[in-house]
Amino acid sequence: MQKVIETSGICKKFGTTTALDNISFSVNESEVFGFIGPDGAGKTTLMRVITTLLLPDSGEIEVLGKNCRTGYKELRKEIGYMPGRFSLYQDLSVEENLEFYATVFGTTVKENYHLISDIYSHIEPFRKRLAGQLSGGMKQKLALSCALIHKPKLLVLDEPTTGVDAVSRSEFWDMLGKLRKNNITILVSTPYMDEAMRCDRVALIQNGKILAINTPQSIKNDFSSKLFSIKSREKYKLILALRSFSETNTSYPFGENVHVTFKDNILPPSLKGYLTDYGVDDAVISESEAGIEDRFLELMQT
Amino acid sequence: MRTIIYLIRKEFIQIFRNKFISKAIFAVPIVQMLILVPAITFELKNANVVIIDKDLTPESRGLISKLAGSTFFRISGTTFSVKEAENMMLHNKCGIILHIPVEFGKNIGSGKPARLQASIDAINSSSAQLSWAYINGIIRDYNTEISIENINTTQISSFPMIDITNRYWYNEELNYKFYMLPGILVILVTAIGFLLAGLNMVREKEIGTIEQINVTPVRKHQFIIGKMVPFLIIGLIDLGIGLLIGWLAFSIPFEGSILLMFLGATIFLIAVLGLALFISTFSGSQQQYMFVAFFCMIIFILMSGIFTPYESMPQWAQDFNMINPVAYLMRINRMVMLKGSSISDISAELISLSVIAVSFTSLAVRRYRKTA
Repeated sequence: MQKVIETSGICKKFGTTTALDNISFSVNESEVFGFIGPDGAGKTTLMRVITTLLLPDSGEIEVLGKNCRTGYKELRKEIGYMPGRFSLYQDLSVEENLEFYATVFGTTVKENYHLISDIYSHIEPFRKRLAGQLSGGMKQKLALSCALIHKPKLLVLDEPTTGVDAVSRSEFWDMLGKLRKNNITILVSTPYMDEAMRCDRVALIQNGKILAINTPQSIKNDFSSKLFSIKSREKYKLILALRSFSETNTSYPFGENVHVTFKDNILPPSLKGYLTDYGVDDAVISESEAGIEDRFLELMQT
Repeated sequence: MRTIIYLIRKEFIQIFRNKFISKAIFAVPIVQMLILVPAITFELKNANVVIIDKDLTPESRGLISKLAGSTFFRISGTTFSVKEAENMMLHNKCGIILHIPVEFGKNIGSGKPARLQASIDAINSSSAQLSWAYINGIIRDYNTEISIENINTTQISSFPMIDITNRYWYNEELNYKFYMLPGILVILVTAIGFLLAGLNMVREKEIGTIEQINVTPVRKHQFIIGKMVPFLIIGLIDLGIGLLIGWLAFSIPFEGSILLMFLGATIFLIAVLGLALFISTFSGSQQQYMFVAFFCMIIFILMSGIFTPYESMPQWAQDFNMINPVAYLMRINRMVMLKGSSISDISAELISLSVIAVSFTSLAVRRYRKTA
């Protein structure tokens, strides 16, 4: 299968800060590839390198078979980019923005309307409204429409769901799923671990380094120890208790629960008594399946 | 080409959608012309004079009435105390003290040289020089008059005299407005060129829209042209409005070709817009841009020769003006409007201005990076 993105050993420094440290990965055609990592991990920098906005200090990168240094002019015609910050003209209307981006890419709205019809139809009733006056979810749909209007082969989305409500986020991922059928490769970054499951493959990224690349399922399966989920009304006390417990390996809050691993990979029989002594007497302990986040935290430790 | 036209169209939509800017670009020339042209003047009118007349003779009174009769001076007080007169000057009650000592009249009558003392407040050196020149002229006139009175008519025909007749060319009445108006028009066009386009560019950076533009195949020169043309057109429209006001409100003469003036302004605007966009490429915020642009603008305008004659500047300043677009347009405007210069008369200015325009614009295109 043809590789859409192929990179090896990309490094990028800003002053003394290393934003990207020896990044190597490849993305296949028609894949939804996710970069998962916390804020400041280097996701945006990487996105900018891929979209030819930044040149890496060292390392090779080829996108759609073109070198970023020599082929960037050709490349820009084939990439659709949606920056993390809303970057359309707020003082132009929905319609004007879409027409503008169609024109600068040398195409027309009509020609590629079929690509965006699903997304654009949601905001079409507001096409005379200024982009600055749209709601967050609608802005996001407009930005996606504008990034798609020139029929890009690669769509790069930098934290598209940050600051968007849960329903819109889910809708957004449904839209991405449909786009894939049009042979568009999608590269998306997100700080939300739960969104990783909707990608074909993900790369976990932290401090400018890639910790792991795999399908979300394999990443979960790579979790090396037995994971227990403990629930109590006294969550804070529970965490303190677990951290002071001698058999505890790791313990992290996870939603309402606390995810814990133990040194010998078994549930220590003395735990229940220890917790009761500590003042946590309603603890419910169950074995749990590891999520992406658990694996991420595990990787961060090693 | 289609891209450039669309970029320009987009810019115009944005300008006219901005409620303030769209009105300001028409209000600014009107207000600026109506306020600045009549306000900025070096003409001397109603300068306050305090008289110390210790003589009190017909001769001294004759001189005083001559002074009072001119439009340049106003007698604001008389006193016998030198101290009081000096106090009045110290408190800005008067700018000139004319001291007529005793025996002024007597000396004139007896044919001896009579003495006078004029003290002038020289805080503003140019107005002090003007006051001195006018006072001197009045005293000289008076002097000639009393000479004629005292010499009989047969002698006067043989009295050797050089008679000078002046004629002021291109501005016969020395109307200061005629001199300032072409200059004010230059300031107007400079402000439009310098501020609007540059700020617009930096704003795109600030709100992040430039990042989205940068990943498109829009070429650098297309983007720069798209930013220049709208403000070039606005600058020329404002120049037209300014000229119209000059004609309606101040009936300023226009000797030369209006087309030639617009040609000059077009080349000038390209130069200024090029420089403005060049500055904007290394400005991160509108505040930073304003600071640098304002600094450049003040230097360019004050060194352009709007208030002070170009020729009396030190050599290094004249050399600097080789790259000062404002200085060229200042000369072109005055020459075309007042002198009726033709294209061959100002070809040197037009060529230099074109070289500056091409240099600044290519600097802007080169320096503009389509990268983050």
